[in-house]
Amino acid sequence: MFKIEKRPIPSAKWNWGAPIVAVLLTMVFGGALFAVLGVNPFLALEKIFYEPLLGEYAFYYRPQLLVKAAPLILIAIGLSLGFRAGIWNIGAEGQYIIGALCGAGLALALYPMELFILLPLMVIAGAIGGALWGLIPAFLKVRFGTNEILVSLMLVYVAEQLLASMALGLMKNPEGMGFPGSRNLQQYPSAHNAEIISGTGMHWGVVAALIAVIFAYIVLSRHMFGFSLRMSGMAPRAAKFAGVNPTRMVLICMGISGALAGMAGLFEIAGPAGQVSIDFNVGYGFTAIIVAFLGRLNPVGILLAGILMALTYIGGEITQSQMGLPLAAIQVFQGMLLFFLLAMDLLTNYRFRPTAKEAA
Amino acid sequence: MDLSSINPVLLLASLMVAATPLLFAALGELIVERAGVLNLGVEGMMITGAVSGFIIAVESGSPALGFICAAIAGALLSLLFALLTQVFLANQVASGLALTLFGLGLSALLGQGYVGIKPPSTPKLDLGMLADIPFIGRVLFTHDLMVYLALALAIAIWFFLHRTRAGLILRGVGENHDAAHALGYKVVMIRFAAIAFGGACAGVGGAYLSLVRVPQWTEGMTAGIGWIALALVVFASWKPGRVILGAYLFGGVNVLQLNLQAAGAAIPVEYLAMSPYLVTILVLVIMSAERSRAPASLGRPFHASH
Repeated sequence: MFKIEKRPIPSAKWNWGAPIVAVLLTMVFGGALFAVLGVNPFLALEKIFYEPLLGEYAFYYRPQLLVKAAPLILIAIGLSLGFRAGIWNIGAEGQYIIGALCGAGLALALYPMELFILLPLMVIAGAIGGALWGLIPAFLKVRFGTNEILVSLMLVYVAEQLLASMALGLMKNPEGMGFPGSRNLQQYPSAHNAEIISGTGMHWGVVAALIAVIFAYIVLSRHMFGFSLRMSGMAPRAAKFAGVNPTRMVLICMGISGALAGMAGLFEIAGPAGQVSIDFNVGYGFTAIIVAFLGRLNPVGILLAGILMALTYIGGEITQSQMGLPLAAIQVFQGMLLFFLLAMDLLTNYRFRPTAKEAA
Repeated sequence: MDLSSINPVLLLASLMVAATPLLFAALGELIVERAGVLNLGVEGMMITGAVSGFIIAVESGSPALGFICAAIAGALLSLLFALLTQVFLANQVASGLALTLFGLGLSALLGQGYVGIKPPSTPKLDLGMLADIPFIGRVLFTHDLMVYLALALAIAIWFFLHRTRAGLILRGVGENHDAAHALGYKVVMIRFAAIAFGGACAGVGGAYLSLVRVPQWTEGMTAGIGWIALALVVFASWKPGRVILGAYLFGGVNVLQLNLQAAGAAIPVEYLAMSPYLVTILVLVIMSAERSRAPASLGRPFHASH
């Protein structure tokens, strides 16, 4: 028999091995699911993981990859900071919506004025909006001790209702002939988050995501704040003795993750989405949680995980249109991935030892 | 706004219906948390229960069978969580989230062909004379079995926790799993059972939504009720009696805002629809002072090294 024994320190090899094994297991079980749904699993997996990258029409899908990966990475980087310190912001979806509303609101208020710094101003507005929305659960946590998980999640539903209210009321396009939804920001040059190089999918959100990755990497590995953050997660008591202020930690983590989610929302609404509409948010805030874990809460890992997750989104659309695979199957696929990852983490933190025969 | 269009009898009667799914889900989670486990997957288990109960009820024509299968589906899904957290020793917060994300996807997948169908109606319980009592009769005694079952469950759970030996052991596991382990109780097995029970309850709660409360299947129809159920457990300070109070309070807020929407209140629909979530936050803020009443081992991983 074997016994499970806690490793003195997590295994570095399995830290990166676990996500790879998890992805492979998800492919196996996901393939089985596709087969049950009556779709050839090998063909489906090829369409999800190969076609968007190297297939015949990859030139069409690759830009999409960046467009989908950017918000996921941007949000997940923010979430990972808090997750490391045991601060659970799971309301990124709400912060994403509020950021988009604040930025788009600014643009719509100034319409049709052409202002060359409008987009940067919108980004700032989006970041502030998202940060403030994220600071609500943070403030309630430090002041009253409420659970940030539940509050941040409740605020997602509040934000969704606000979005609906804006799309149908205050921000509705006055020239929209009564249809819901705001003016299209893509047709407002100063506010449009256009592609930097046409046809590549590279918009300012992608740039921001890359900057966030680099910045987070430096902060976590080279800066005192990153050290305090990691310490609060691994040894809260030790962190306290070392003078880390937990209240400040909560406020900073929730503020930063809110700001990044808000920025992601703004880049989306000023670019690929274009307008404030009821169905603007598509769940990036929740998928980003999977991205953060899959990337081991490590900035470089999150970059790769974000691209992988974007791949499943695009692959999902391909398999839906070409093979009739329901889009929900991809959602299950993504959920499965997180399950396997969490299970495989056992190998990172624990090891198997053969039990010694007991003395007679 | 026409307030006279709101009938107080119907309002109170529908309050009891609105509170029932919450009551089931919150009571299940209460047992899970009393055993020291934080399962954030209530939303996922509820919606899985909602869709599987709906499918079975539609296919078999029997709502009762639907409820039973919903309980089984919820329990099965929760066993995944149990496996992750109790055997693979995964983080409970992350595993609960995974369960919710997975459940939302799974339910959307299963429920594809069932959008827009009407389920077989769940019969109202015939309570004879009682239903004829003016006002009270209409409010209290014109419901289906599940409404009373939820109330009975609350009482049964109170009795179980405070008057039986098994309940004492369960609480012991939740308060101090190391001590319980030292006394020879199978911490992991007890927690498995508690988690499965919580899953079954959440499944039934979900099925009540799709079979009675709405009654229809739509993707993502739980709309945060599972999360409100989690908040309800905090609100109730982990006491079954107060779960009833909380569920009826939330049910009341929800029914009232829906009635105000229908009556054409001056407040925009979206702001009314926000109110249950805002009330939840408010209640969490007020109640968090009593946080110390949470089971002492709540959310902490248990690994028997000996």
